[in-house]
Amino acid sequence: MKMTRMAAALAVTMVAAAPAIAESLHFPMLNYRTGPFGPNGMAFADGYQDYLTLINERDGGIGGVPIRYTECETAYNTERGVECYQGIRGDNPLIVQPLSTGITYQLIPRTMEDRVPMHSMGYGRTSAVNGEVFNWTFNYPGTYWDGASVIINYLLEENDGSLDGKKIVLVYHNSAYGREPIPTLTRLSERLGYEFIPIAVDSPGQEQRSQWLQIRRERPDYVLMWGWGVMNPTAIQEAANIRFPMNNFIGVWWSGSEQDVRPAGEGAHGYRSLAMHGTGRDYPIYDDMQQYVIDAGLYAGTGDEVGTVLYSRGLYAAMLAVEAARTAQEIHGVGVITPAMMRDGMANLVITEERMAELGLPGFGPAFEVSCQNHGGSGEAMIQEWDAHNQEWNLITEWIAPDRELIMEMVMEDSLAYAAENDITPQCLERSGG
Amino acid sequence: MIYREAGDFKTSYAADNQTFPIRGDRVAYYLVIAFAFLVVPFFINDYWANSIVLPFLIYAIAALGLNILIGYCGQLSLGSGAFMAVGAYATFKLTVAFPGMSIVFVILLAGLVTAAVGVLFGLPSLRIKGFYLAVATLAAQFFLIWLFTQQPWFYNNSPTGMISMPTREFLGYPVTGARASAVSMYLFCLMFAVALAWLARNLTRGTMGRKWMAIRDMDIAAEIIGVNPMLAKLSAFAVSSFFIGVAGALLFGVYLGAVEAGEAFGIDKSFLILFMVIIGGLGSILGSFLGAAFLIVGPVLLKLLLVNQLGWPSDLAAHLEIMIVGALILVVLILEPHGMTALWRTIKEKLRLWPFPH
Repeated sequence: MKMTRMAAALAVTMVAAAPAIAESLHFPMLNYRTGPFGPNGMAFADGYQDYLTLINERDGGIGGVPIRYTECETAYNTERGVECYQGIRGDNPLIVQPLSTGITYQLIPRTMEDRVPMHSMGYGRTSAVNGEVFNWTFNYPGTYWDGASVIINYLLEENDGSLDGKKIVLVYHNSAYGREPIPTLTRLSERLGYEFIPIAVDSPGQEQRSQWLQIRRERPDYVLMWGWGVMNPTAIQEAANIRFPMNNFIGVWWSGSEQDVRPAGEGAHGYRSLAMHGTGRDYPIYDDMQQYVIDAGLYAGTGDEVGTVLYSRGLYAAMLAVEAARTAQEIHGVGVITPAMMRDGMANLVITEERMAELGLPGFGPAFEVSCQNHGGSGEAMIQEWDAHNQEWNLITEWIAPDRELIMEMVMEDSLAYAAENDITPQCLERSGG
Repeated sequence: MIYREAGDFKTSYAADNQTFPIRGDRVAYYLVIAFAFLVVPFFINDYWANSIVLPFLIYAIAALGLNILIGYCGQLSLGSGAFMAVGAYATFKLTVAFPGMSIVFVILLAGLVTAAVGVLFGLPSLRIKGFYLAVATLAAQFFLIWLFTQQPWFYNNSPTGMISMPTREFLGYPVTGARASAVSMYLFCLMFAVALAWLARNLTRGTMGRKWMAIRDMDIAAEIIGVNPMLAKLSAFAVSSFFIGVAGALLFGVYLGAVEAGEAFGIDKSFLILFMVIIGGLGSILGSFLGAAFLIVGPVLLKLLLVNQLGWPSDLAAHLEIMIVGALILVVLILEPHGMTALWRTIKEKLRLWPFPH
């Protein structure tokens, strides 16, 4: 009896393919709330989902068409990510955001083939900036190479325009993600004359004793970090243990959230990281968020991530996605858009200071425009510093611009090599008909 | 009544020694093969092919390979993940270096490269046994992954260390890269799985397999009756690594399309394949397939059931899935220590006696 019931249940699951619900906009979420990267993925996922809920509850969707979101757990595992993508690709996914550089690499050729736009916000393949080769992949408002260059520009400013003879160590997650900034930092070291030492930390990164021993021996002037998940708090703790000056320890935007600095307590005071957007609840949008989502009990997860760095990042990603959908609706004059129309919206996205203020997020992110030649936005970022006494991140700079000339040169090299390997003729995509 | 050997007369040694001596088995086998090749391609949808059947076939090949080493020859290995990586990176280097070479040859060559590497790391097996050998093969796991993540030659200096598979065709249909259709990828992997299972079955039935089993059961006795332990052990390592290398090549080329050694072929992959072999049944071809099905298809079906059918939150489902699969592994091992294949054997025994149980 039990067996038959189980068999029946399995038989039902076999007829998978969820029915497409008409008159809605499908925003799939490839989240991770489990595994060693779960704490970080959870905050991002909550922010993303809460913003979509807010748009549905307050505005009745985008242009009157409700948003339908689906969730798939990837556990930051590329095989799971591919499985998740296969599950949603037949269901008109408007925008894929995997929140994993590894999964992004897997999905770039697939989304190109299926004509589904993908947005890897501040991660993924940097050379996707070249929209003539990567028609369906976007990585605005900034990339890893931008981030690396912004940090170096910041350090130049700190050191009166010269890094000659300085020693800079990069502690990186030993994966596609962590290795992304190495070419930029190497090339900049040749130009600026600093010594560059990359030090790898194997995933997930709970054990870093030997790496920090090496750093202690090398006596670097600055330590940069490309870490994620449990690697971040471990590194900050280790840096505190060897009494490395926290002001000279700078992480990328994925290594600068509350989860990363809190475990080190007072030791993390003064730790710095890049910030691609503002943080905290001091934005007008949180009034609406409180009213429509939090008080209504519609929040995702436990609701205690609201306003944290990664929650803000999820919210920012959702905001950019919704704005792109709105742009697509304006371009095509229809409410229910297709993935191809969504791509047009992303390729013509314009985010201005005024627009962000209208949305209740004044000064939250950089103002930028997307074009076929530049899928990467402006690449600007700020530097934030952790205040362990007040338990908050403070922005210590204005927007800092990267060395875009150098980055575009490297982007062209890498993207054209990809185009040659895969028989792609670089060209801008025409707007989709309809 | 249906399944029995009575009345199934053999008139030659060849007929008596065939793989499936019982007619019922034989017919069922041909039906399954015909179904997999002729019926499934017309009905399979993309999701099923890409997320369930492809990884099942690929991991079944890897489990077959490890089963030859552990189940038939008794040499414990924890380096399977790294050997899969060797297959994957060899495929990448060969396809990029020789764009005109047929993808089948590339994959077979990648298997041969892996076999050579496997023999190299199998050398310690001549001196050490059991758990100590497992630790020695662990060295292969760490060394090879280090090689593939730190030496730019292996990933053609790509800035991230990721390797990606270009599109290649077989008989005019693309089978790798994003343009490959689900059906062509399915048939391509099925072809390898069936051919290699056939090879494994016949190798283990013949002289070679008997030598392996003699070594497994008692190496000193085997040496006394004339089995050369060096040749037997190293050939087991070679054949096993060949299978695992082909599985790695298919996992990278056909299924994933882009990999990074540390992430895709870590130590957890070695354990996954080891679990497949143990749960499926040591020393059994069918067991390799059952083990792969249990550990690859099981979690996906469970996810579909919990998330898509019952509408549970995906993170809760992911946690439950780990617990349920873990519990099932315990249940299987307690109720059937010889693996799922022993269960099948019992069913067959019962069927033969049916309907008279005594």
